[in-house]
Amino acid sequence: MNNDDLNPEQVRDLRVLAGTIIPPSSSYGVPGADDEKIFNDILRSLERDRDDVCRALAHLATVSGGAFADLEPVRRTEVAAAFRETGGAPLTALVRVVLLCYYRDDRVMRSLGQEPRPPFPKGHVVEQGDWSLLDPVRKRSPMYRVVD
Amino acid sequence: MHDKVDVLIIGSGASGAAVAWSLADTRMRILCVEQGDWVKPTDYPSNGRDWEARLFSDFAINPNRRARPTDYPINDANSPIKVVNFNGVGGSTIMYTAHFPRLHPSDFKVRTLDGVADDWPIDYATLEPFFAENDRMMGVSGLAGDPAYPPKQPPMPPLPLGKSGTRFGKAMNELGWHWWPSDTTIATTDYEGRARCINLGHCTPGCAQGAKASTDITYWPHAIRAGVELRTLCRVREITLDEHGMASGAIYYDAKGEEHFQPAELVILACNGVGTPRLMLNSVSAKFPNGIANSSGLVGKNLMFHPYALNYGYVDEPLDGNHGPPLCLWSQEFYETDPNRDFVRGYAFQFGRGVAAIMEAIVSSAAGRLPWGEDHHRVYRKLLNHRISLSAICEDLPEEHNRVTLDPDLKDSSGIPAPKIDYTISANSHRMMSHGIARAKEILTAAGASSICVESPILNGGWHLLGTARMGTDPERSVVNEWGRCHDVKNLFIVDGSIWVTSGGVNPTSTIQALALYIADSIKQRLADLFD
Repeated sequence: MNNDDLNPEQVRDLRVLAGTIIPPSSSYGVPGADDEKIFNDILRSLERDRDDVCRALAHLATVSGGAFADLEPVRRTEVAAAFRETGGAPLTALVRVVLLCYYRDDRVMRSLGQEPRPPFPKGHVVEQGDWSLLDPVRKRSPMYRVVD
Repeated sequence: MHDKVDVLIIGSGASGAAVAWSLADTRMRILCVEQGDWVKPTDYPSNGRDWEARLFSDFAINPNRRARPTDYPINDANSPIKVVNFNGVGGSTIMYTAHFPRLHPSDFKVRTLDGVADDWPIDYATLEPFFAENDRMMGVSGLAGDPAYPPKQPPMPPLPLGKSGTRFGKAMNELGWHWWPSDTTIATTDYEGRARCINLGHCTPGCAQGAKASTDITYWPHAIRAGVELRTLCRVREITLDEHGMASGAIYYDAKGEEHFQPAELVILACNGVGTPRLMLNSVSAKFPNGIANSSGLVGKNLMFHPYALNYGYVDEPLDGNHGPPLCLWSQEFYETDPNRDFVRGYAFQFGRGVAAIMEAIVSSAAGRLPWGEDHHRVYRKLLNHRISLSAICEDLPEEHNRVTLDPDLKDSSGIPAPKIDYTISANSHRMMSHGIARAKEILTAAGASSICVESPILNGGWHLLGTARMGTDPERSVVNEWGRCHDVKNLFIVDGSIWVTSGGVNPTSTIQALALYIADSIKQRLADLFD
């Protein structure tokens, strides 16, 4: 786990926030974004967004009046809603990292009917479609302006 | 100091590769220097599970975000549209969508036809054989018979319509509006050593299959076999001038940061509409204190993007998602000037498929569509693969206040001053975008979409960098003449999008390359008296 620039409290807040954004769902049979495997992926993937994530977590702590992770569930929901409204670009970056790790997890992909694989080399099938749809367009006169 | 070459080309992208290949048959000694490196197909994102995530790291389209060692920073704070590009062998053809329309005949005569901007000093008919040659070299897929264009014959059949294209085709027929399968440089059959498209879908950040034509796999292998030298990881600082006012070569830094001087008889700039004026403005001398070949004062001015108005909605059945090349159709229904509208010139529509899982989540979250909490899952499943989209790509007319200058503080990793962009969207363009948005809503509605959304302009939509060293016959009103030679320096040529007089309303790569081939041909025709 690479969390050089996040202190333990920030890591704890980030994990709880990730689970608040995307909680586990028994209905859909998917883990939350606070799942250990997904969360470790999030911590590994901060890269260019590390500074923004730190800023966002500092703001979250301010809005929370302390550690977000220590809030009662009802209060946590209220704070999360306020944070979503006021978090700005740093929060956008934080949410982006959460989403890009969540939506590449094998379990999540399978639950969505997606194959958990890279596009290459298998590719995909795209149907040709009905080319007779073009018939009315073929009948049109030239529509470009003729230039002498 | 290196041995003198006959021709020094700076930049190996769309235009640099084409001009190198065309000039190779002269048997001159030709060298191309490129600040980036070769990109191996095995390094493209679609090889790995992190394929979407890399759009936000080493394959981000915005160089400020990507920040590879081979990139240079761009101060784009004073522009509502951010510059996107790629630096490497192939240039931005590595990271383009491969949508490949040509300019229309009317685009070269906007002053004559519509009373705005200036006519080009050349016309469509002049470029026509070079369009065809470029289509063959790049490998274009498409369908002959489009009533929006003079006759042309793409060498490969078009991309499949898929579910998205079928929906759009029906909608456009219902509205009675033009649509046609796009010309694209994605191979739909095996072509000249390239494997055909297998619908990886993640085309923009490089094609692992090699179906998408980037010049590293089209022009460059031919040019290198013909004897052209391509030297990578060479970042040019300035063009030098000799005592006769002619370009004498270029000073560049290699990968170790060591300075080199490369002398040349002829210098050709192919660094795109931002990189070329940046290099020219950095090339100061007693004769040209404001940048080489800049007696007109127009180097860097008249920057044109294409403002994009993106429109999308969601339908009640799963469509293609991100499977298949992202763009498959165009419409030129609103391309030509109509005096009944409140703007001059026009725009094209380009029709897209959907987006992949991560992109849908990120975009929908940012737009506030995707809730936090338990309902996230239900809502997301109604969005994924249900998106259908189209963009109006609007003609941007030249305005001198839209410009590239040198940033007084920002520098690249070699210490070379970085470009600064000052750009505003004109009132004419705003009206055009509004028209496009209104028509797009009609199209999306006819296609059965609801929850229609607009992003206008597309923020990271500065793909097309045009106009900053414009072409013309008047040295006081242009930087290069009608065959690409600088008015002020007779052995300095420009072949990239900088020389465009107006922008048209379509993606420019096809026309950029046709122009480069035309200029190369003009050079070859005039070798005996090239500098007269």
